[in-house]
Amino acid sequence: MRKYFNIIAAYSIMLFLIIMVGIFQSWSIALSILNYCLISAVMTMGANIQWGYAGLINFGIMGYTALGGLAVVLVSVAPVPEAWSAGGLNIIGSLILIISLVLIVRFILKKYKNHKYKNYFITFSIIFGVILIRFVAFPGIEAIEAVNPAKTGFLGGLGMPVLFSWIIGAFFAAGLAFIVGKIALGLRADYLAIATLLIAEIVVSIIKHEDWLARGVKNVIGLKRPVPYEIDLQTSPWFINLVEKLHQGKLNLLSSVSDKKDMLNQLVIDASSVYVKLCMTGLFLTVVIILLILTQKALYSPWGRKMRAIRDNEEAAGAMGKNVVKEHLLIFILGSAIVGLAGAMMVTNDGLFTPGSYRPMRYTFVIWVMVIVGGTGNNFGAILGGFVVWFLWVEAGPIALYLINFFTTHLDETNALKVHLIESAPYFRFLMIGVGLLVIMRYRPKGLIPEKINVKKI
Amino acid sequence: MEDNLELLNAVILLLNYTVIPAITYGSQLALGAIFVTLIYGVLRFANFATGDMMSFGTMFAVLLTYYFQSVGIGIGFLPTALLTLPLAILAMILYMLFIDKFVFKYYRISKSAPVQLAMVSVGVMFVTQAIIRIIIGPFDRRFMDGEKFILKASEFKEMTGLSEGLTIKSTQAITLVVTIILVSTLFWFLNKTKTGTSMRAYSDNEDLALLSGIDPKKVVMITWIIAGFLATVGGVLYGLDKSYKPFVYFNNMLPIFAAAIVGGIGNPYGAFLGGYVIAFAEILVTYAYKKFFIYLLPEFLEPDSLVQLLSTDYKFAVSFSILVIVLLFRPSGIFEGKKI
Repeated sequence: MRKYFNIIAAYSIMLFLIIMVGIFQSWSIALSILNYCLISAVMTMGANIQWGYAGLINFGIMGYTALGGLAVVLVSVAPVPEAWSAGGLNIIGSLILIISLVLIVRFILKKYKNHKYKNYFITFSIIFGVILIRFVAFPGIEAIEAVNPAKTGFLGGLGMPVLFSWIIGAFFAAGLAFIVGKIALGLRADYLAIATLLIAEIVVSIIKHEDWLARGVKNVIGLKRPVPYEIDLQTSPWFINLVEKLHQGKLNLLSSVSDKKDMLNQLVIDASSVYVKLCMTGLFLTVVIILLILTQKALYSPWGRKMRAIRDNEEAAGAMGKNVVKEHLLIFILGSAIVGLAGAMMVTNDGLFTPGSYRPMRYTFVIWVMVIVGGTGNNFGAILGGFVVWFLWVEAGPIALYLINFFTTHLDETNALKVHLIESAPYFRFLMIGVGLLVIMRYRPKGLIPEKINVKKI
Repeated sequence: MEDNLELLNAVILLLNYTVIPAITYGSQLALGAIFVTLIYGVLRFANFATGDMMSFGTMFAVLLTYYFQSVGIGIGFLPTALLTLPLAILAMILYMLFIDKFVFKYYRISKSAPVQLAMVSVGVMFVTQAIIRIIIGPFDRRFMDGEKFILKASEFKEMTGLSEGLTIKSTQAITLVVTIILVSTLFWFLNKTKTGTSMRAYSDNEDLALLSGIDPKKVVMITWIIAGFLATVGGVLYGLDKSYKPFVYFNNMLPIFAAAIVGGIGNPYGAFLGGYVIAFAEILVTYAYKKFFIYLLPEFLEPDSLVQLLSTDYKFAVSFSILVIVLLFRPSGIFEGKKI
């Protein structure tokens, strides 16, 4: 029990903080913070698998998150038949062309390994292929984007259940990770960080600007939900009865019938939003627990030992006959798939897909702060990091505002400095996160909950 | 005669819309890339706070420009920002030395892995970004004053009688001149002076350099001072040419990294050229050549479409793709060879 004291204490404090938000701000806010904490925890677990288990830096988290989000759109949105008939053939044609281009390049690389003009062949076929693809795709793209641009203007999705898209999101991210891993995993650590970051930027800019795919910066709104809608809840009798029962005492205090009715209405509206968020929390919690069990099992399996051995000394592990390259690729794909899953969860939670919001600050660096703060190589630490940092990220604004007001009480309301500080309160979150990261890295380099390796004594 | 004119028009068109902007943008990137490369070469980590450090220096220039304007100090047709540059550089260097003393030094002395230093620089990035936003806010600001153009399109047309105009903005000329002065001084310093040589020695082989009596503290300090110059000047030039917005500066970090890696990280000459490679690639690939071909080709061949390889939305993506290609085929950069 003593062994787990730290972990239990840290999580209880976190839970207490969220409950405090519920009491002082509102339960709806507390639950949305909790949901985002859970999503962040999943992302952090993905990054932690790569960094903590294998020592791979992946600054491309943003790209995998965006791909996960894209999967939600492509899977769950209803298809747009007009768009398909307008330009579907062209898109399918260019997809086939892209695949055959890749195959041709691979063929040249394999067949003419030592040929003098190999690189010229490849360059020529790529240039020719790109021109051909543009030629095929362009009319299709124009036709698709012209179909009711205010509402659709894209191909739509498959119209399947949204929960299925979480799996597809993970697969999308895994696919990208496979390609990135093939390209970049041989690089030195800091090169890898930069390369993954830039590749993620490419992915996001494609999602942002290819409107036929997912409407680009025009966003997709009103995505399907795996949980009931507030408006349905508010009209269903069982829910109203439930709320009435829960607030019996409060309602009985009111004497007039109309007051009672108004009060009940308000309570039902509040409760419906809380109920929806609770359902989401349940789903997310299930994912987090399943992942936690799997990752813990993996960490303490022979495979986990092998990964740690590779992380701690690549050459020695290689000399012992472990295939370092293959294991690195595998873990890169696994971690990225988890991040993709988190991306899909996030878009499902928001109910909208906004490619413009994928920025490296929020989706790469903050996630990394979570990993470092929580404790690398420790899944409980990673989850805690996700919770703590997200909580700070959201609540930093209000805390900063409170502190500013506290320290400038003696100043006049119209004092220029005070007004300026209050206006810039939201930016204190960067300061808190940054200082937090620096302090943790300096004084607790292994994070809040350090990695624990149990070595059984013989 | 007619054909010659057409050809001249086409050349002027390309000069005006691709070559001159690319040289300007390339110079700005090059300064940033040398900054990245110097830090990488001497202090041995990828500095993720690059964009924000440039932004930090520029912020001082912007604020001082506003102050100078309010008290009526200016330098005629040149932008006031040039006058504030020395002060801004000083502030930047002080900030960098402060950060180094309280943050980076600890990890340098304890010989941490480069990765750890890179993570620390992420922390510095957050803090710097916060300070910038708290002081000046996240908004778009213009601080360019003085003469806007050296050569206006209409003047050029009058002078030459061509139908295509050539514009040279004064910021473009200033960028080029300042870059040439700064970079040539830097290369002179690195190659000809004793301190520069000791820096190169330190970067090549730390232990040997220490053995031969080079003071590491001095080398590190000189590196940050040079970095302060590069960051502030690069940032101010970019801000004068476009505008000052903290978020854009943060984003500029990415093409700057691309330039540094394409040029072979750790190698300032490579970084300098890498800046131009990235800038030219971005602009040439996303430029619409329709008008160019209309000038050149006979009428029946004239294109209907824009003749644009990629839409301008993919400007950044182009430079990153170049980086990926370079990483695939020449991981040590195009201009590998001697380090610093």
